[in-house]
Amino acid sequence: MASVAIRVEGDLRVTLPGPLRLDCGVVLEGVEIAYTALGTLNAARDNAVLVCHALTGDQHVASPHPLTGKPGWWTRMVGAGKPIDPARHFVICANILGGCMGTTGPSSLNPATGRVWGLEFPVITIADMVRTQAALLDVLGIEVLRAVVGGSMGGMQALVWATAHPKRVRSAVVIASAARHSAQNIAFHEVGRQAIMADPRWRGGRYAEAGVTPAAGLAVARMAAHITYLSEPGLQAKFGRRLQAREAVSFGFDADFQVESYLRHQGMSFVERFDANSYLYITRAMDYFDLGMPLADAFRGVATRFCVVSFDSDWLYPTSESRRIAQALVAAGCHASFVELSSPFGHDAFLLEAPELNRVVDGFLRAGEC
Amino acid sequence: MLKPGLAAIAAVIPHGASVLDVGCGDGALLAWLRDHKGVDGRGVEIDPVRVASAVARGLSVIQADAEAELADWPAGSVDYAILSETLQAMQAPHRVLEQLLRIGARAVVAFPNFGHWRARLHLLLKGRMPVTKSLPVSWYETDNIHFCTVDDFRDLVRTMGLAVEAEAHLSDGRRVPAASANWRADTALFVLRRG
Repeated sequence: MASVAIRVEGDLRVTLPGPLRLDCGVVLEGVEIAYTALGTLNAARDNAVLVCHALTGDQHVASPHPLTGKPGWWTRMVGAGKPIDPARHFVICANILGGCMGTTGPSSLNPATGRVWGLEFPVITIADMVRTQAALLDVLGIEVLRAVVGGSMGGMQALVWATAHPKRVRSAVVIASAARHSAQNIAFHEVGRQAIMADPRWRGGRYAEAGVTPAAGLAVARMAAHITYLSEPGLQAKFGRRLQAREAVSFGFDADFQVESYLRHQGMSFVERFDANSYLYITRAMDYFDLGMPLADAFRGVATRFCVVSFDSDWLYPTSESRRIAQALVAAGCHASFVELSSPFGHDAFLLEAPELNRVVDGFLRAGEC
Repeated sequence: MLKPGLAAIAAVIPHGASVLDVGCGDGALLAWLRDHKGVDGRGVEIDPVRVASAVARGLSVIQADAEAELADWPAGSVDYAILSETLQAMQAPHRVLEQLLRIGARAVVAFPNFGHWRARLHLLLKGRMPVTKSLPVSWYETDNIHFCTVDDFRDLVRTMGLAVEAEAHLSDGRRVPAASANWRADTALFVLRRG
């Protein structure tokens, strides 16, 4: 391949040339991957940064979302003058396997039957998502990543990248994440899945053919999950017990409280952009995630530099989980940094304005570039 | 430019060594060692704001309580384990020394000397806990809980059966002889190894 800088930008899509063998044993053919790219791949092909998105994220990391028109989900981290800067980095963000924004998932057509996969789609894992991304990089001719960066489920992918493909990853940034899904994490996901599957419109996962969506169930799943992304002090500060457009409680089940209408709004806007079956598959993949015991064994011999960041108000992926990763990295002799940052915003802090996070990630990435 | 105390430590670390700086603060020493001596450095620091500064400098620093978490570090993983101006803030300084010499082939320990004449004079004349340039915080709000003198430290080293490979003593940034260090030095530095 010619060693010249390559510039490809925008909404892109590839079909993998070969089969993809999944952890469950199923082999997928013709997997499509939707991704965005920003910046220029340098002649040495060594300035690529892969950004991994969280459960309900997508490839639109720094560009407006095509369905909602909202800005990209991580414009605070990715963009001109930001830690991940298209002026220095070739930024890639792909919609994960199982997603619903163009990458093959349960709402895609099953080539064997010609109909929507639905629950016939194989159960996937975080490692399968990373496998798909690695196959995408093969197509793009990128052997080594300067960095893999992700928060929450994106952090899990970064961990898998560094442990499954250590030679391909120079550095990994793992924010507000964990090396395994805890029982509490699984419990909350089960609430969401049960809400979806209890919706009569879900129809055993075959709602697409009927032209309906289990919007009510999916909205409830999102509402429950959304609470876990926030913190009690954050909710208290934002809503308290304030009433919504009324002077007194209604003695009924309208959204009397502001926090209720906020959650309802979160649920309703989510169903416009997300697929219910994707939610089932991706939460399952997260629940299955566990790098094993002792965790240090997963990191042994890995030369990747790590930066692990947690937030003190995050109770979904608490600091103790990040510290566990840090301790394992230390025990394995890896080059690793770990810091717990202070924020009132809970798990969502990594997506919000967090100057310290930017400072840490920027310093960490630059140190690997000299 | 490094502060004199840190410069004295930097002087005993050879080029290209691997180092763990326990209580590394914002990473000033580690950054200097990396930039001037090609040192492969890592750090531990309890204060998240300082850790963030150190990481922003491109250093590998873990936010941790050294006393509780040094046990995670693999034995013999670095050439030098450094403890700079931190010994006196430890609950169990001797246990930390043991950890340093488990992790590093050598330990470099620098601490403020409570036997310095200014500290003695302060206590003698004023009858109050010394507040000096090297010990600027009042007794009730200081992190320092285990002060010692140079001679106290030598006793501890002997009791623990450790070998002193080198020592350096400073007064206002200038070297003073080891023999008179107990009353003349405001800062003491020892390079230790297992005996």
